[in-house]
Amino acid sequence: MSPILTISGLHKSFGELEVLKGIDLTMQRGDVVSLIGSSGSGKTTLLRCVNLLEDFEQGSIELAGEKIGYREDGAGQRRRLSEREVARQRAMTGMAFQQFNLFPHMTAIRNVMLGLIKTKKMPKDEARAVAEKWLERVGMAARSDHYPGQLSGGQQQRVAIARAIAMNPQIMLFDEVTSALDPELVAEVLAVVRDLAVDGMTMLLVTHEMRFARDVSTKVVFMHQGRIHEEGTPEEIFGAPKTERLQGFLANSEI
Amino acid sequence: MSLLDGLGDTILISVSSVVLGTILGVFVGLAMTYGQKWLRFIVRLYIDFLRGTPVFVLILACFYILSVVGVDLTAFQAGVLALTLFCSSHVGEIVRGALSAIAVGQTEAAKSIGLTFVQTFIYVLLPQALRQILPTWVNTATEIVKASTLLSIIGVVELLLATQQVISRTYLSLEFYLFAGFVYFLLNFVIEQAGRAVERRISIP
Repeated sequence: MSPILTISGLHKSFGELEVLKGIDLTMQRGDVVSLIGSSGSGKTTLLRCVNLLEDFEQGSIELAGEKIGYREDGAGQRRRLSEREVARQRAMTGMAFQQFNLFPHMTAIRNVMLGLIKTKKMPKDEARAVAEKWLERVGMAARSDHYPGQLSGGQQQRVAIARAIAMNPQIMLFDEVTSALDPELVAEVLAVVRDLAVDGMTMLLVTHEMRFARDVSTKVVFMHQGRIHEEGTPEEIFGAPKTERLQGFLANSEI
Repeated sequence: MSLLDGLGDTILISVSSVVLGTILGVFVGLAMTYGQKWLRFIVRLYIDFLRGTPVFVLILACFYILSVVGVDLTAFQAGVLALTLFCSSHVGEIVRGALSAIAVGQTEAAKSIGLTFVQTFIYVLLPQALRQILPTWVNTATEIVKASTLLSIIGVVELLLATQQVISRTYLSLEFYLFAGFVYFLLNFVIEQAGRAVERRISIP
């Protein structure tokens, strides 16, 4: 089976600072991969590269058999794809953000419908039906006419996840989706993510919830200083960490 | 009758200047926010120059200087041009402020569902920015109405000059100046109330 996501030799710098120093990662359809590591290790940047929210200088990302973000011209020069192409490829991935980033001037259902109508060119009725279905799935159907400001953080995040997943992406990216939430709201969001994992959604997530990563992941990747330091099954990573660095990191994290 | 004509001109001048100035101003604000460095520099100069110049001088400049370089505008056109430029500098500044106040996550979320830059601007950023600039924008509109009186200097018979003409015939200066003042107040009162009503309607819960 050909992989859904292939990242090879990915390098990314912010000015002088190299934050990704050659990342190789492969995911199959249905994989749930958790990226863990201390802040500044490059996990979020890696996720943002997959969604083309960041440029990268070297290496390639292949999504469902298609190289994303860049192409090589006749002379072998690396060129950024046109904005329209990039927008199309971005829609192949769904992203849930730490700060939810719902559009405050639209109701929950409008938030979900916007991409369906504008990017997928769906007729309004169909978009509404799809949006309703996904809001139902995340347990937000009763609040579909509420504005984000009228929802709790956990509810906002669930709507944001529905907005991303309604686009029917090849892969879902979760960027610390519970980090901005009050502790009592974390569980309802994790439950939604877990449901999606059980359903076979391909997911790449950055998380600080070690217990959760252990439960849902098919693979856990520990990043350190812009490199993949150790990777393996949850049992290997949490049960028998090989490197000292990972052992230290886990000792300092709540499991 | 000539007073009514004057009032008509005042309204026409104000509306055209505000509409044109706002359209131009949105582009000025866009350029300030998303433009390349050189473009931002030029637009910054444009804004500072227009905001630093008295409207009175702008009006005279549009009327006299342009005709010297061969652009022949009627007094009415020159006046509307001056007020449009003035309005665009103010709108440009408030649009820039409103756009830069919107969290960067909004743009990222829009991109992540595949919206292009133009779609992001139209459906996500502009509606939020407009809500924010509305009060300041209404203020600018009332400033333009007041500034339209300055067009009397270059001979545009708007409400003020029309009033003065009536006074020169009737010598009832107090009565007619009071009347004109009241009409200006009424115009701006209506604008402000309309602005508040719109604000209430579009406020985000």
